[in-house]
Amino acid sequence: MVRKYALPVVLIAIAATFPFWGPVVEDVTGVGLFYPVIVISVYILLALGLNIVIGFAGLLDLGFVAFYAMGAYVMGWLASSHFSQVSFSLGTTTQSLSGDPLPGIHLSFWLIIIIAMAFSALCGIIIGFPTLRLRGDYLAIVTLGFGEIIPRFFLNGDNLAGFNLTNGAIGIKAIDSPGIPFATDPAWQRFGTLDLNPWYYTILALVLITVFVNVRLQNSKLGRAWVSVREDETAAAAMGINPVTTKLWAYALGAMFGGMAGAFYGAFIKNIFPTSFSFNISILILCMVILGGMGNIYGVILGAIVLQGVNFALLPQIRTWVNQIGEATGNATLASIDVARYNFFLFGIILVVMMLLRPEGIIPNRQRQEELHDDDPTTGDSMGGPARV
Amino acid sequence: MTTGEANKPRAGGIGRSIRLSSWSSRLAVVLLLVLLVALGTQAVQAPGQFLSQLLIGITNGSIIALIALGYTLVYGIIELINFAHGDNFMIGSFVGLTVLSGTFLGLGFFAPITGDAGTAIKILGVIFALVVAMTACGFLGMGIERIAYKPLRNSPRLAVLITAIGMSFILQNVGIIWKGPAQVPFPDLISNANVFGGNVVFRWKDLFVVSLTIPLLLALSYFIRSTKQGKAMRAVAQDKEAASMVGINVNRTISITFLLGGILAGASGVMFGLFNGTTVFNVGFIQGLYAFTAAVLGGIGNLAGAVVGGILIGIIAAMSDQYIGVRWTEIMIFSVLILVLVFRPTGLLGDRSAVQGGGEERG
Repeated sequence: MVRKYALPVVLIAIAATFPFWGPVVEDVTGVGLFYPVIVISVYILLALGLNIVIGFAGLLDLGFVAFYAMGAYVMGWLASSHFSQVSFSLGTTTQSLSGDPLPGIHLSFWLIIIIAMAFSALCGIIIGFPTLRLRGDYLAIVTLGFGEIIPRFFLNGDNLAGFNLTNGAIGIKAIDSPGIPFATDPAWQRFGTLDLNPWYYTILALVLITVFVNVRLQNSKLGRAWVSVREDETAAAAMGINPVTTKLWAYALGAMFGGMAGAFYGAFIKNIFPTSFSFNISILILCMVILGGMGNIYGVILGAIVLQGVNFALLPQIRTWVNQIGEATGNATLASIDVARYNFFLFGIILVVMMLLRPEGIIPNRQRQEELHDDDPTTGDSMGGPARV
Repeated sequence: MTTGEANKPRAGGIGRSIRLSSWSSRLAVVLLLVLLVALGTQAVQAPGQFLSQLLIGITNGSIIALIALGYTLVYGIIELINFAHGDNFMIGSFVGLTVLSGTFLGLGFFAPITGDAGTAIKILGVIFALVVAMTACGFLGMGIERIAYKPLRNSPRLAVLITAIGMSFILQNVGIIWKGPAQVPFPDLISNANVFGGNVVFRWKDLFVVSLTIPLLLALSYFIRSTKQGKAMRAVAQDKEAASMVGINVNRTISITFLLGGILAGASGVMFGLFNGTTVFNVGFIQGLYAFTAAVLGGIGNLAGAVVGGILIGIIAAMSDQYIGVRWTEIMIFSVLILVLVFRPTGLLGDRSAVQGGGEERG
């Protein structure tokens, strides 16, 4: 009992007290932590969502960024002045300076999160439905296609038969901040950019909810159905599991958390552009899931932290080192090189080396590990089965 | 026909599958017919323009087809989506550009070949650039296989897919370091003048691409069909264990597959650069995606399918550029891919293995 709950309790305690120890660390190291930590948390949400589709249900999805983008755009549409033709407010703490009604739709952040989740889940089902006949690589390509179509649609959606849906490459700007209407503290009444504590606690709550749902899902009837469909669809169907609904649930739930992450991110960065939802993001999330250990919730979280940590901490550090070396040796190119531009270079090397050394991830899922070491080529799909040699 | 499965008799062709199909397939057929009728009206109204677009589509499609062949060869033999292949193509165009500029690593070898040079020098330069790029990309493909894919032969296939994506990122960044993140201009070596004259646009550039693609395709087809190594490739694609039992060196055969794919990618890289006049470090991603779409559209693992798919994708892109709008072209292409896979998951010329467990039950 103690062993089972000790680790989660300690981790949650560390996370919950971050606003108290975080500033101390910031002072000592001189590195800003709050912004990276919030972005990392968004990626944890995304990775956990994708983990449902890939890790639990074994459906390779290369277009997960589509749901992230949808969540962000739902937030943009429902909490900004984008649709200036109408003027509708509900439960929002945003007010115009003059006191006139705000143009555009302004709903409460908490309501939009739920709408975004529902919308993404619905889109997940719509995308999942026609692809259920496909397996493995073909499925990956269809999802990749969707992942390419959705951002391009957002990019070109500024003139849909004369209607400006997405504002094109300019993106949707000035998205409302979330807020708690009945809070007394002004920082909580309307989340600002100076005090990031409310943002942090919001995303922490979302992550905890997601982790809780994931843990419960893993051992639920549905979770076991996913494992059985992943292992052998025919046998699972023979045992009375409906593969279609099982897979659709995986798509819907995975998409739901992707949409939640997108909605939060949209409100957090306040401006959304179609270019922030490129294929690279899909791959980044996929790598988090695989590096951490597919199907293992701790592993996936760790993968998200490690990869985004590399982005936020290691790359600037390497840049400093390289520039210092350049200055010491008098090499002008090295002294002024911008390493961040090459982050996908390092990232690629990390991926290759990681896969060569530990193809099952940092913390492999025990059950999956056994499946991966199963030498029988007749079981398993393109995800888990060994390569045919 | 790498896998040889397309030679197996299929249970009826497209016509039969439509008769047996559900309302959704009929809807797809109706949609297709509406599209064809719409295109047909355009063709009757402005035949010159329509024909020009068709020819542009075939030219672009043959470049895509050459890349698609690399995907389909590799997929046919080890069932890996070689994500690094598109970037191999990009490296090919960079190598071609470097050769034409005559300098490498700061050393000048000969004067850069530009549009002002004499015809003989231009032709020699293009041939030299093609040969160097094909060789370099062939060995690059082999090297990638040796470093990133071979050690993972017995790992889960997802791990290999991830290393492929990693290699793709690495190559893209090599491209950035080599030529910078901006568009790089190619020398204007081939004339833009019209071959036929009149209002049908078919330039010398188009002729160059088409007349280079066809010999390459014939050579590849001869290699696969008639040489000993080609037979070994087909055998390995069907059953690796049995192939190794009868004395085929499986590892060498896989290496040669990557070599062939790389050679084709190198050739199409140089052609792409000369044809479009520019190249950029991430051109391999989107072209690679088109090419993979083409391979899947034609039925992956099937060489003829890759060519048909490539040319179809080229034509769809050209038609969409003209009649729908350039900004919607990519959406059109991916929608076509999704529709094809949904209604005919094996591609146009593919076999049924795709819906029977991704290939495990083959052979």
